[in-house]
Amino acid sequence: MRERKAVLALADGTVHEGASFGYEGECSGEVVFNTGMTGYQEVLTDPSYKGQIVTMTYPEIGNTGINPEDVESNRPWVEGFVVREMWGLPSNWRHVESLDAYLRRYHICGIAGVDTRAITRRLRDGGSQMAVLSATDLDPERLVRKAKDLPSIVGRDLVKEVTADRPAHWDAGDWDLEKGYLPASRYRAEFCRVPRIVAVDFGIKRNILRMMVSHGFDVTVVPASASAEEILAHSPDGVFLSNGPGDPEGVPYAVRTVGELLGRLPMFGICLGHQIMGLALGGKTFKLKFGHHGCNQPVKDLATGRVEISSQNHNFSVDPDSLGGAARITHVNLNDGTVEGLSVPSMRCFSVQYHPEASPGPHDSRYLFTRFYRYLTGDEEL
Amino acid sequence: MPKRTDLKKIMLIGSGPIIIGQACEFDYSGTQACKALREEGYTVVLVNSNPATIMTDTELADRTYIEPITPEIVAKIIERERPDALLPTIGGQTGLNIAVSLHEMGVLQKYGVELIGANFEAIQKAEDRDLFRKAMEKLGLTVPRSAYIRSLEEALQIIAGIGYPAIIRPSFTLGGTGAGIAYNREEYEEAIRWALDASPKRTVLVEQSVIGWKEFELEVMRDLADNVVIICSIENLDPMGVHTGDSITVAPAQTLTDKEYQLMRNAALRIIREIGVDTGGSNIQFAVHPETGEMAVIEMNPRVSRSSALASKATGFPIAKIAAKLAVGYTLDEIRNDITKETPASFEPTIDYVVTKIPRFTFEKFPQTEDVLGTQMKSVGEVMAIGRTFKESLQKALRSLETGVYGFEEVLPPPEDGDRPSRRKTIEEKLRKPNSQRLLYIGEAFRDGWSALEIRGLTGIDPWFLENIRQIIAMEGEIRARAASIRSVDAESVAEKAAFWRKAKESGFSDRRLAKLLGAAEDDVRRMRIAAGVSAVFKRVDTCGAEFVAHTPYLYSTYERENECMPTARRKVVILGGGPNRIGQGIEFDYCCVHGVFALREEGFETIMVNCNPETVSTDYDTSDRLYFEPLTKEDVLAILEDEKPEGVIVQFGGQTPLKLSVPLEREGVRILGTSPDSIDRAEDRERFSEMLDRLRLRQPPNGIARSMAEAVGIAERIGYPVLLRPSYVLGGRAMEIVHDEAGLRKYLTHAVVASEARPVLVDRFLEDAIEIDVDAISDGATVVIGGIMEHIEEAGVHSGDSACSLPPHSIPKETIAEIARQTRELAKELSVVGLMNVQFAIQKGQIFILEVNPRASRTVPFVSKAIGVPLAKLAAKVMAGRRLADLGFTSEIVPGHICVKEAVFPFIKFPDVDTLLGPEMKSTGEVMGIDRKFGTAFAKAQIAAGMNLPLSGKVFISVRDEDKAGLLAPARLLHRSGFSIVATRGTAAYLTDRGVPSEAVMKINEGRPHVADLIKNGEIALVINTPLGAQSKADSYYIRRTALIYNIPYFTTLAAARAASLAISDLIRDELSVQSLQEYHETARKDAHGVR
Repeated sequence: MRERKAVLALADGTVHEGASFGYEGECSGEVVFNTGMTGYQEVLTDPSYKGQIVTMTYPEIGNTGINPEDVESNRPWVEGFVVREMWGLPSNWRHVESLDAYLRRYHICGIAGVDTRAITRRLRDGGSQMAVLSATDLDPERLVRKAKDLPSIVGRDLVKEVTADRPAHWDAGDWDLEKGYLPASRYRAEFCRVPRIVAVDFGIKRNILRMMVSHGFDVTVVPASASAEEILAHSPDGVFLSNGPGDPEGVPYAVRTVGELLGRLPMFGICLGHQIMGLALGGKTFKLKFGHHGCNQPVKDLATGRVEISSQNHNFSVDPDSLGGAARITHVNLNDGTVEGLSVPSMRCFSVQYHPEASPGPHDSRYLFTRFYRYLTGDEEL
Repeated sequence: MPKRTDLKKIMLIGSGPIIIGQACEFDYSGTQACKALREEGYTVVLVNSNPATIMTDTELADRTYIEPITPEIVAKIIERERPDALLPTIGGQTGLNIAVSLHEMGVLQKYGVELIGANFEAIQKAEDRDLFRKAMEKLGLTVPRSAYIRSLEEALQIIAGIGYPAIIRPSFTLGGTGAGIAYNREEYEEAIRWALDASPKRTVLVEQSVIGWKEFELEVMRDLADNVVIICSIENLDPMGVHTGDSITVAPAQTLTDKEYQLMRNAALRIIREIGVDTGGSNIQFAVHPETGEMAVIEMNPRVSRSSALASKATGFPIAKIAAKLAVGYTLDEIRNDITKETPASFEPTIDYVVTKIPRFTFEKFPQTEDVLGTQMKSVGEVMAIGRTFKESLQKALRSLETGVYGFEEVLPPPEDGDRPSRRKTIEEKLRKPNSQRLLYIGEAFRDGWSALEIRGLTGIDPWFLENIRQIIAMEGEIRARAASIRSVDAESVAEKAAFWRKAKESGFSDRRLAKLLGAAEDDVRRMRIAAGVSAVFKRVDTCGAEFVAHTPYLYSTYERENECMPTARRKVVILGGGPNRIGQGIEFDYCCVHGVFALREEGFETIMVNCNPETVSTDYDTSDRLYFEPLTKEDVLAILEDEKPEGVIVQFGGQTPLKLSVPLEREGVRILGTSPDSIDRAEDRERFSEMLDRLRLRQPPNGIARSMAEAVGIAERIGYPVLLRPSYVLGGRAMEIVHDEAGLRKYLTHAVVASEARPVLVDRFLEDAIEIDVDAISDGATVVIGGIMEHIEEAGVHSGDSACSLPPHSIPKETIAEIARQTRELAKELSVVGLMNVQFAIQKGQIFILEVNPRASRTVPFVSKAIGVPLAKLAAKVMAGRRLADLGFTSEIVPGHICVKEAVFPFIKFPDVDTLLGPEMKSTGEVMGIDRKFGTAFAKAQIAAGMNLPLSGKVFISVRDEDKAGLLAPARLLHRSGFSIVATRGTAAYLTDRGVPSEAVMKINEGRPHVADLIKNGEIALVINTPLGAQSKADSYYIRRTALIYNIPYFTTLAAARAASLAISDLIRDELSVQSLQEYHETARKDAHGVR
C-alpha cells in the first residue's frame, strides 16, 4: 500500500508533513494537545473537542483499536487527529475495528508520522492556535494561509453543533468488565431515594450520565437551548450542567437560563457547565494559553487537603477575582493555581472545572456525584 | 504536613551484595534516600555490607557501617547509634526482612525505634502470601487460587483444590528463589521439597498457574495524607510464567484501554490502602486474561524495587527520593517536581516515548544449566532504552545489551542453506520454552513467514508486540533490496534516499545492522545516511509529555524533526558508563563513573553521562549535569559527541564497555582523556605487553599466543603444563580454563574456543600454589601512588573477581610488598598512565610474576577507596582533567591500621546443576567487605556478610584431595581445638587421626548409607571443607557441594579459604563481633601517624 501524505499547517506558519490516515480530506480547527496515555477512543468521542484538532502526546495510538463500549457520545467529534504512530493492527479482546477505519467511516482526517512533541512544545510556548490538516491539498503555503484565515473559537457557539435535539431519558449505569454497561434498574435496590435530575446537554459525555445513574439518580437529558421553564417542567430535584466545547461566552442563552435557575434548584456543573455557572454568578472567564487536556492534573480539595488526580479537558477558566466573593473556591489546580471548583451554598450550587466522570482518566473524583446525591437528599451541606 | 521534627536520627538498611534479584537498583534508591534525608537535616545511619556502592561513601551518611546485614549485627548498631526511626523500604528484600526480624526480636521496641514508611503489620500483610490473599479477597479482588503449606503432607492435601499446573513459591525470599512450576505430581513433590528448603520460614505458597496471562505492573506511591498516585504502568512482553526480572518489559502499558487500565489503577489504590503501606512506593503486579480481560492480583512489594528504579528512569520521577521525603511526613503536594520546577510531585507522570527493558543473562558462564526462563529469576542485569516508538525502543534496547547483537540478528543459518524441518523444530522449541534468546527466534520465525498468531500460540506474547517485530523483519527485506541502489548516484534521488534512511532509523535500525543487511561497512552506512541529512536528534524526559518546560537535561536520541539537545557553551567532559550489569562488569564500574562525574563537577566541568543501565546511580538525572540514556555503541556515542562537542571523553571508568570504544572514537577525532588508547593497547595486546615487560626486566609466566591448534600444542609443550587458556580481550575471565595435559588443551580448543588468526588464544604457564596480589595505583603521569595492595585468599587460578582478598596483605613479607610496589610504579611510568591502573601479580616460591596490567579503573577501586578513606576514582578523574596528585594531597600510600577483607558472592543457588567450584572464569555477581582490627574477625565478617553463617560449634565434614591433606592439618587442628568434632571420608579421617586430630569416618555417596549427604540433609553438619578431587570422584564431591549449597551449610572449596575460615571461627569463638562506622575507622587512620608509609 502506498502511503498517502498529509500536511498539518499551523497559523504561525509551522508545517508538518506526515502520512494520512482516516479520511483523506481536509479539516480545520484549533490544535490542542492531550497528554493522556490511555483513552484515545474516549477523547475522539468527547463532544467537548468539537472545533479542535487533537494531538496526542503519547506516540503509539491505535493499539487497542475501537470497541463499541468506550464511547462518550454517538460519534467522534474531533475535527482532526494528530499522532506520532498510528497502529493499524489493534490488539485487545474487545476491539471490533481499527482506529484508521473508524475515522474513515466518520470522515475525520488523521495525520501520523509527525513530531508530535515538537507540535506540543510549540503550542505550550506559543499557545493554542488554528490549523488546517489536509490530505488533499499538500501546498504548505496555501494551508498556512487558510489556517491564518480561520476564525478563533473565542466567542463561538460550538454547543449548538453537539447538543441533543430533544429531551431523552438516560438508562445506563457504570461499566462492568463482564457485563458491560449495567442497566439503571440494577441500582434501584441500592438507593432508597432516586432524585430526578435534568442534565443540560452542552455536549455531555455519556460517562457523566452513567455516573449519575450509578450514583442513584433518575436522569433526563435536555438540549442546551432548553429554557428554565422547560427544565422546571420536568419537575426535577436538581439540575446538572454538562461539559461542552468552546467558550462559555459563546452560549449567552445558557448563561441566562442558568441565571434564572440559580437558587431555585440545587445545581451541579462540570467543565463548561462550571464556567457557565461562573458567568451566571457574575464572574468572568478567560482563555488559557494552551488549556488542560489530559488525565494527570493534580487538583486539591481545599476542604480536605486531599489531592485528586483528575481528567481535564478545557481551554477556558473562571477568573477567581471576577467573582468578588460570590462563590467559594473549593478546588484548585496544583500545577497552575487555576480555579477547579466553586461552591455557593446560598445559591444551592457547586461545580468543578475538571471531569469527575473521568473516562478517560482516574476515578479519584467520583465522590462528587455522591456529594450531589447527598446534597439533594439532604444528607450533606455544601 | 510539614516534615517531622520529633525524629532526628534515621537508620537506613542497604541491600548488601549484588545478587540475582537484588542488584544496584538498591544503591540507586538508597543513595537517593540518604541524600533526601540529609537534605532535610536528619542524621543518617547507614548499614550496608557492599563497599561497591555510592551509598556507602562516607559523604552520603553521617555514620556508615560496612558490616554484615544480619539482625544480630544491625541490633548492635542500633544499640550503639540509638536511631529514632528505621526506614526499611529502600534496601530491597534484605532491608525489609531485617526490619521484620528486628521487630520480632524486640530490638526495635527495646530501643524505641519507629519503623517509618511501612510498619510491621503492613510488611507482614504484603509479604505473607496467606495474609495477602485474605486482604485481596476482602477487597473483592481476584487472586489465583492458592494455599499456604508448611510440609509435603499438607502440600499433597491441597493440590486437588488448586490443580495443575501449579506455581510453588516460598515465602520471604527474593528474586523468586525456589519458585517453580509443576505440571504433575512428581514435579510437584520435588518443587515442594525445594521450596520448603528455600524459604527461611519453611512456608510455601502453592498457587493456581496463570501462565500465559498478560502481566502488568503498577508503581504506586502514597503519602501520610492518603494521597495515592501511579507513577508508571509497565507491561511485560513475556506473559506470566517468566519472572518479571527476566521478562522484557515495556512502559507504559500498551494493550489496555482506558477502562481496563482504570480498573487496574483502582485496584492498586485499594490494595496499597488495605495493606497499609503508609508512605512511599510499592509495586503491584497483575495478570490479565488475554481473551476475557479477567484480572488477577499477583503480588505486591511494599518497598522500592527493581521495577521502581526502572519506573523512575522511565518517567523522570525519582520514586526513592520522594519515598524518603514522604516517610518523614511530607505530602506529595508539598514536594516539588525537580524536572519542571513549577509543578508538584502530586501528579501522575505522563510520557511521550516508549521504554523497553531487556534483561541481561549470563548462561554462558554456567554451561551445565539450561537456558530456560521460569519463575526463578536468572538475569544478572538489564538495559533500558527509550524511543519514540516501540520498534525504535526495542531495537535500541537490543543493541544496548552488548551481547554482539545490534538488532534482530539471525541466530540460525539462513533457511535456504539449512534443513527446513529441523529449523522449524528448533524455532518451535525456542518459542515454546521461554529463554534468553527468544526474541531473536521470533525474528527467525517471521523470516520464515510464520504468522503472529502462530507465534502467539507458542509464546503467549501479545500480538501487538509480535506485529511490531514482524514489521521490523519485513523492513529487513526492503533494506536488503536497496543494497545496490542506495549506493548508486543515479538509481535513487536524494529525497528517496533520505526517506529510506529516515524510515529505517525511525524504526530503530542501528547503522551496524543496516551495514550487515546492505552488505556495507558501518562507516559507509553512517556516511551515506548523514550525507542524506538523516541524523539523530535528542528529546527530553520530562515527566509531563512536554506540557511544562523541562529544566533537567535528561535526553534520549530519536529520529525526528526537533532537536532539544541545546548544548551549553561550558567546558565539558563526557563519561561513558558501563552498560548492563553482568558477571565481570558490575556496580564497581558504575561507582567509578559516578565518582568521575562528581570529581569533574568539582573541577568546574559540565559533566555528561552516557549509559543505558536503569539500575544505576550514574543514570540518576541528579548525578551528572546532563544525562543521555543511550546504548554504548560507537554510533550512539558519536551522535552525542557531535552535538555536545566536549573537551574529552573518559573511557577508563566503565569497564570493558567504554574501553572497547576508545580506539574507534579516537579514530573519529575524539579526545580520550587520561591514559592514551595506545597505552591501553600496549597492556591489552599480549605481544606488545611481553615486549614491555622484557624491557623493564619484569617477569611474567612463560606464555605464547596461539593462532591454531598446532601452535597451542607447541607453546604448551615449550612452557610446560598446566597451562591457562583464554581468548584475548576478555573481561571477567570469560572462557578461561586451566588444562593439565594435551588432551585437555585439545578439548578446550575444540569445544570452548577456536583459535584463529583474528581471534588468537593466549596460553600461559599456570602457576601452581601461587599467591595472587592485586594492586590498584593512581598516576598523574609523573607521580605514581599505590592505592592499595591486596592479598588474595584463594590461590592463583581462581579468578580475581571470585577470590576473597585482604588489604593490607596478611602473609606477604615486607620486602616482597615493597618490590611489588616498585614494579607497579615502573609499569605506570612506562605506560604513561594518567588515571587508574590495576596490576595483578602472583608470588610463587618467592618469585614475583606479573599476570596482568589494566590501565583503567578496576573492580577493586571502591573496596580500596573505602579501606583507605581516599576516593581513588575521584582523584583519577581530576588527574585526567590535568591536576597533579601533589595538588590533590595524595602523594603516598595509606596503609590502614585496620584489616579489610573482600569476599565474593555467588549465584549458584539460582542455577540448578551448577558446581560451586571456583576457577579462572569469574562467576560471582557481587561482593561484600568485612572490616575489623584483626584478620580473623574481618574475614569472619566478610563471610557472614556473604551469607556464610560460620558455625561456632558442631561437626565439620572434611574431604580433600591428597595434595591438600598436609595443608589441611593446621586448620583441622584449629577447628578441633575450637571444639568442633570432625568427620571425614575414610582416607582423610585416617590421615588426620594419625596426626593427632581425631576424626570420625563417614561414607562417601557411593559407599552406602547413611552417607555424608544424608548427614548434611539431616542438619548434622555445620561446616563443609571440600576441595576438588580427581575426575573419578568428581561427581561424588559435586553432589556434596551442591547439597551443602541447597541446605545453606557453609562450605569452602579451597585450602586457603578453609585456613582463613578456621582462623575466623576461632576468633569468633573468642570474641564477640563489634561494630564501628567507616567514619570512625578513617578518623583513627588519619590520627595514626604510622599509617603513612
